[in-house]
Order: sequence, then C-alpha cells, then structure tokens
Amino acid sequence: MFGFSPDAWMAIELSLRVATVGTLVGLPVALLAAYALARWRFPGKIILDGFLHLPLVLPPVVTGYFLLLAFGKQGVLGKGIYDLFGITFSFRWTGAALACGVMGFPLMLRAIRLSFEAIDRRLETAAGTLGANPYWTFLLVTLPLALPGVLVGAILCFAKALGEFGATITFVSNIPGETQTIPSAIYTFTQVPGGESEALRLSCVSIVIAMVALILSEVLNRRIQRRIAVFE
Amino acid sequence: MKEKQSLLSVRALQRRPDFTLDVDFESNSALTALFGPSGSGKTSILNLIAGVQRPARGRIVVAGNVLTDTEAGIFIPMHRRRVGVVFQDAQLFPHLTVQQNIKFGQWFTRTHDQGLPLEVIVEVLGIGSLMKRRPATLSGGERHRVALARALLSSPRILLMDEPLAALDDARRSEIMSLIERIRDELAVPIVYVTHNVEEVRRLALRVVRINAGRVVSTGTAAEVLGS
Repeated sequence: MFGFSPDAWMAIELSLRVATVGTLVGLPVALLAAYALARWRFPGKIILDGFLHLPLVLPPVVTGYFLLLAFGKQGVLGKGIYDLFGITFSFRWTGAALACGVMGFPLMLRAIRLSFEAIDRRLETAAGTLGANPYWTFLLVTLPLALPGVLVGAILCFAKALGEFGATITFVSNIPGETQTIPSAIYTFTQVPGGESEALRLSCVSIVIAMVALILSEVLNRRIQRRIAVFE
Repeated sequence: MKEKQSLLSVRALQRRPDFTLDVDFESNSALTALFGPSGSGKTSILNLIAGVQRPARGRIVVAGNVLTDTEAGIFIPMHRRRVGVVFQDAQLFPHLTVQQNIKFGQWFTRTHDQGLPLEVIVEVLGIGSLMKRRPATLSGGERHRVALARALLSSPRILLMDEPLAALDDARRSEIMSLIERIRDELAVPIVYVTHNVEEVRRLALRVVRINAGRVVSTGTAAEVLGS
C-alpha cells in the first residue's frame, strides 16, 4: 500500500505503538512528579528536578547506554522487573517504548508542572471549604484546570517519542519488526543503495504524523479552553 | 466534641515576621462583623475559623463544635469543618456550570441534614435563570450570588464572608446587601462578615468586633462601636 515495503510498514506501526505506550505509561508518573515539584517542599527537590530533566540535556546515546546498564538482562532494574512481571526490555519493542518514554518524559513533566503552577490555589481552598478532601480537590478542580497543559505535555512527549533515535538504537538496537522505529528505518534506508526513495517516503510519514498530532492537540486544547474560559 | 457555649468563640495567637495576630472574642449574633482597616488581620481570622490557617496557640469553637484547640491537639481539617466561605472574588470553579458550582459542596455534605433546600436558596438569590451558564459569562453581582448559594448549599454551621461587596458597584452592593439581610433573618445560618466599610456595618451587623493591628479594639453593637 502506498508503495511502502513491509519493513517500512512495520516501522510505522511499531513507532506509533512505541510512542503511544511510552507516553501513556509515563503520564501518571509525570502527573505525580509534576504535582510533587509544583506543590510540595521536600529535601532533595532540586536534585530530583535535575535528575528528571537529565534526558533532555544528556546526549541520547548516554541515556540509552544507562538504560542498557539498568534495564538490560543483567541490569538491576531489568532483572527485577523480569522477575516480578515477566517483562523484558533488551532488544524488544518494550525497551524501545521505555527509551522513547524516558526521552519524552521531561517535556511532558515540564508542561504539566507549569499548568499546575498556573492554577489559582484559592480555588483549591474553596473546594476544601466546600467539603472536598485533598484527593477529591485534585480530581475535581486541579486536574480539570490543568488538563490543557497535561494534553500539551502528552502530545509533546508523543512527538518526541516518534522521533527518538539515539537512546533507542543504543538500548535496543535496530531490529526490523521489533525495535526498528521510523527514525531507525530511515537511517537504515539511507545506508543501503537505492533506499533513498523509501527514506524520503518515511520522512514524509513522520511529518504527517507529527502534524496530525499537533493539530489534534490544538483542537482539543481549544475545546477545553472554551469550556474552562478563564475569568477576565 | 460538643459543648454548651456561644455560637462563635475565637481565641487565637499567630506570629509572623511582620505581624502578630492576638485576638479573643465571642459572639451569639446572627451576623457578626469583623470591622477594621486593611491589613488589620480580619481575613486571617476568617482563615483561622475556616481551617485554612493554623494558629500557633488558640481555640476556635463554632456552635459547640471545637474546630481548633492547640492545647488539646485538635485541628479539624478544612474539608470537615462545614464552614461556608464566600470569598472576596467569588472563586467560582471556572470549568463548571453555575449548577455544578452550587451543587459542589452539597454532594460532599450529602450525609448531613440538608438544612436549606436548593429551591429555596435559588429562589432567594434569584439565580434560577443562570444555572446552565459558566462563571466567565456572569456579571460581578451574579457571581457573588452564585458564590453565596454555593456556600449555603454545603449546609454550613457558619457562613464566613470576606468583603463580599468590595468589588461591586453601588447598585450591586445594595442588591447583595438586601440578600445578606434575608439570609441573616430567614435562613438561620450565623454569619461572620469581614469589612472595612462603615455603611455595611451599620446596615448589616448585629454585633461588631473592631480589629486593629491584629488585636480586638472593642466589641458591641454597631452604635456602641462606631458611635452614633
């Protein structure tokens, strides 16, 4: 279909799966971390903040290498998670999702944290005086008001995950059908004779997916904003 | 913990680097005005009653319920105090409709006796036609009426109002003042009313606690405290 090779189709399907899973699994963690950083005071906050943002500033290859050390078959976390849940990461698509999720995480965290910080805390106080305990206040007031930021963060993370290359290829290599995402596939096609047209077509697919994601987030964001319509 | 004594009893000490609040007063009136200049500590007193702030030392009792007692180690969290607060700038939830806003507190206090039925409050405050709208589309006066309804519907033991008229023009002030008089006289929820406005005190207050620089200067009827 559309003249794509099976490898290219697999790469597209895999990229979407990896980016979706990486974003959705990272989202609850990002919500918790963003809330903690925006609202709580605790010792070591600056260090946690810096640590969570490391993937944004480190060379992706370095992040990938550390993921390999930590989540590889012999890695402390990789071994523990295999024993507990039977999930392996090395050279599997789950590893690609992990790498993409980790790389996109700081972007998501940042957007969500900013939207938490922008909320008028007095609205939360108002909810408290009306009988809502802190959990209900979060669910009924804080989270709905932060929703546009959460959405933007998730889309940013998704887009970043689609384009992730360095950490993924370092951690889980470049196996067609298992860990070969769109960027890895494009890279492979440019390395073989006659692969240019396939590389170009896949690049166009990347552009289309990214545009659709951005437009979708903008449309959703506007609908939410219209519902929330901030005070003048 | 229930005990027989006045409707409202506040004793609180709170120290901040630039300000010390040290107050002690009681009231049995349907509407008690906390009267004093800006920065005198009136809003802090409301926050202490509502449980938004915790005093360094003190004891706060509303209708026989001990809400704060630092010596006994009692501090009821704000969501269990059943204290209705009408904030100066309404603080309606912007993502909810008027109807959802006013039912917010009702839902959390549904296991308590609902002293005041929704229809009565909606009728008294004249907000029936606003139910489907969102706060951003309301005028200042409408917002205050909705905020009042929301606080009343959480079946509060006491209603705290923080300069509810400060942001309104004269026509709206007079309209809301009439509503506050009706609530005071008809709905049987005691009100603590914070203001720095003499006219509001004269018209609404049955008892006045005059505050200055974090201390109670005098208490009595409006005529006694303000002079006639």
